[in-house]
Amino acid sequence: MNKLIAALVLTAAPALGLASGGHVALEKANIDLTDQASLQSGAKYFVNYCMGCHSLKYLRYNRMADDLGIDDAALRQNLIFGDAKPGDLMSNAMRPEDGEKWFGTQVPDLTLVTRWRSSDWVYTYLKSFYTDPTRPYGVNNLVFPSVGMPHVLVGLQGVQEPVFSSEEHHEGPPVVTGVKLTQPGSLSPEQYDAMVRDITAFLTYAGEPMRLERRHLGIYVLLFLGLLFILAYAMKKEFWKDVH
Amino acid sequence: MSAEETTSTGFMGWIDKRFPATKVWNEHLAQYYAPKNFNFWYFFGSLAILVLVLQILTGIWLAMSYKPSAAEAFASVEYIMRDVNWGWLIRYLHSTGASAFFIVIYLHMFRGLLYGSYRKPRELLWIIGVVIYLAMMATAFFGYLLPWGQMSYWGAQVIVNLFSAVPGIGEDLSVWVRGDYVISDVTLNRFFAFHFLLPFVLAALVFVHVVALHKVGSNNPDGIEIKYGPKGNRWDANAPADGIPFHPYYTVKDIVGVVAFLAIFLAIVFFWPSFGGIFLEAPNFQPADPLKTPEHIAPVWYFTPFYAMLRAVPPMFGSQFPGVLVMFAAILILFFLPWLDRSPVKSVRYKGPIFKVALAVFAVSFVVLAYLGLQPASPVSTLMAQIFTALYFAFFLLMPFYSKLDSVKPVPERVTA
Repeated sequence: MNKLIAALVLTAAPALGLASGGHVALEKANIDLTDQASLQSGAKYFVNYCMGCHSLKYLRYNRMADDLGIDDAALRQNLIFGDAKPGDLMSNAMRPEDGEKWFGTQVPDLTLVTRWRSSDWVYTYLKSFYTDPTRPYGVNNLVFPSVGMPHVLVGLQGVQEPVFSSEEHHEGPPVVTGVKLTQPGSLSPEQYDAMVRDITAFLTYAGEPMRLERRHLGIYVLLFLGLLFILAYAMKKEFWKDVH
Repeated sequence: MSAEETTSTGFMGWIDKRFPATKVWNEHLAQYYAPKNFNFWYFFGSLAILVLVLQILTGIWLAMSYKPSAAEAFASVEYIMRDVNWGWLIRYLHSTGASAFFIVIYLHMFRGLLYGSYRKPRELLWIIGVVIYLAMMATAFFGYLLPWGQMSYWGAQVIVNLFSAVPGIGEDLSVWVRGDYVISDVTLNRFFAFHFLLPFVLAALVFVHVVALHKVGSNNPDGIEIKYGPKGNRWDANAPADGIPFHPYYTVKDIVGVVAFLAIFLAIVFFWPSFGGIFLEAPNFQPADPLKTPEHIAPVWYFTPFYAMLRAVPPMFGSQFPGVLVMFAAILILFFLPWLDRSPVKSVRYKGPIFKVALAVFAVSFVVLAYLGLQPASPVSTLMAQIFTALYFAFFLLMPFYSKLDSVKPVPERVTA
C-alpha cells in the first residue's frame, strides 16, 4: 500500500509541475483588512483613479462607508461624485460599447476581481506596467499580456521599461521577464507600493464585504459546537452504559 | 407488540385511532433493532439526511431572492451575498453543503463496499441508493448553472454538448435539452425549475431507501444478519440479541456525529468557503460570457472522476460518443454490484487479501481520477486517466473472479464488540 502511494505521488509529480509553470510569479500583497486607514485610502484612490472606467456595481456607497468607518459627510464630500445617493450601487457612466470603442474590450466591473484573480494578482498587476510602443496606449503588463488599458498611475509610479530574457535562441519576439523603473514618478517606490497595497486591500474588501464578520462569527459558532460536543458525547456515554 | 402498546387515551390515543403515529414511531425508531456494533462509517447515513434537509431549507431561502434570468442571475447572487440579511451565510451554507453532500455520500457508499451492504438481501436497498446518487448528480448539475458565472456557463455547455455526441439524434437532442443552440436564458429557467423540483424527488427516494432498509434490517461491520441470530435482549424477548433500539441509542450517538460534522462543515463555511477554489471555483466570480471561453474548464470536484474518464477515451470514428458511454457506464455499473460479488462473506473483515487490495486500488483510482479531472489535459495526465479508468472498471468487472478465488476468514456467530 505504501509503495503504491509513493508510486502514485511520483507519477503525479510531472502533472503538478506542468500546472504551475509558465507564469510570472505574483508578489504577495500583504494586505490587512482590519486596517481601516488602509481601506479608506484605498477607497479614495479607487474613486479618484479607477472609477471613471471601472465600476463596483455590486457594492453600495453607504455599506462601504459603514464598514470602513467613514462618516456620512466625508462620504458625500470625498467619495461620491456626480448625483449618486449614499444608498446607490457604485456604478459609473461608462457604457459597455464605450469600452469596446476606446479600449477594444468591455471595461470589467471590479467588485469581484480579487475573487477570480486573487489579491496578489491585483497587487502585482498594478506594479507591472511597462513601456511597449506596439500597444495602442504605449504600455503592456507582465501579468496581463496585451492589456487594453493605459497605465493610469504612471504619473505616480513613473515609467518602467521591460527587462528581456537573456536567452538568445528563442524564436519570435523577445520574452519580457521583468521591469525596471527608468523615470521616477511623483511617489517613491515604497510610497507607490503602499498606495497599490491600499487599493488591493480595498478591492479585497469589496469582493467580500462580510469577510471579517464571518470569521468573527465563526469563532463563536465553533466554540459553541465544541461545548455542545462535550455534552453530546457525555449524553451518548450515559445512554450506552446499558449496552456495554 | 404494537397493538397493546398503542395509547388508547388522551391526545396520542385520539391521534392513533386515526393515524398510526405511535406504531410508526415504534416500528422505525423506538423498537427498530439495529446491530449494536456500528462504527465510524455508520454516521454518514444520518448525516446525508441532515445535509439534504439543510440544502432544501437554504435552497428555499435562496430562491426567495434569486432571479433565474440570464440578465439578472449573477447580480441577484451578489445581492444575496451583500444586501439580503444573512444572505451570505445562507448562500455559503448551500454552496458548501453541495460539496459536503457528495463527501458524505461517497463515504456512505464506501461503507457499503467495505462491509458488503449491497449483498443479498439488500440488493434493492443498494439500487435505490444508486438512483439517489444519480438524482443528486442531476440536482447538482442543474444547480451549478444558477450562479451564472463563467464556470457555470461553460461547464454546462460542455456537459450538454455530450448529448450531441449521441449518433444520429445528438444535435437535435442537445438543442432539446438546452431549448436553444447555446446555453441561454431559456436553459437557465428550466434548470432552475429542475433544481427546485429534484430535491423533493430526492427526499421521496430517501424515504423509500429507509423503508427498504427497515424491511431487511441494517447490515453491520461484521456482515452478520442479526435477525437470524439468537433472540432476546433486555428490551424485548423476541428482538435480535445483538440488536439495540435505534432510539435512543443511535439517535444519541448520531447527535455526536452531527455535532462533529457541523464543526468541520461550519469551519469551512466561516473560514474557507471557496475551499481554495474547489468548492467555489474562481472563474465563477466572473459573469457568464458566451463570447469568452475560459482557458481551462473543469466541472466541480464531485464530477471530475467521471470527467477524467470522458477525456481518457480517445474519439473513435470522429465521435466523442465512446467517452460518453464510458462515463455513464462508470455510474451504471454500480447497479450490478450486488451480483458481481461472489465472495461467501460480506464484510471486508473476513475477506481475503485480493479483495482488500482491489478495494484500495479502486478508492485510490477514484481519488486520482477526481484530481486528474480538475487539471488541464496533458499527455501524461491522459495516460494516467486511462490507467486509472481501467483500474476503476477492473474492480467491478473482475470481481466475479477474484471474489470467488479469494481466501476468507471464518465469520463469527455473533457480532464482535
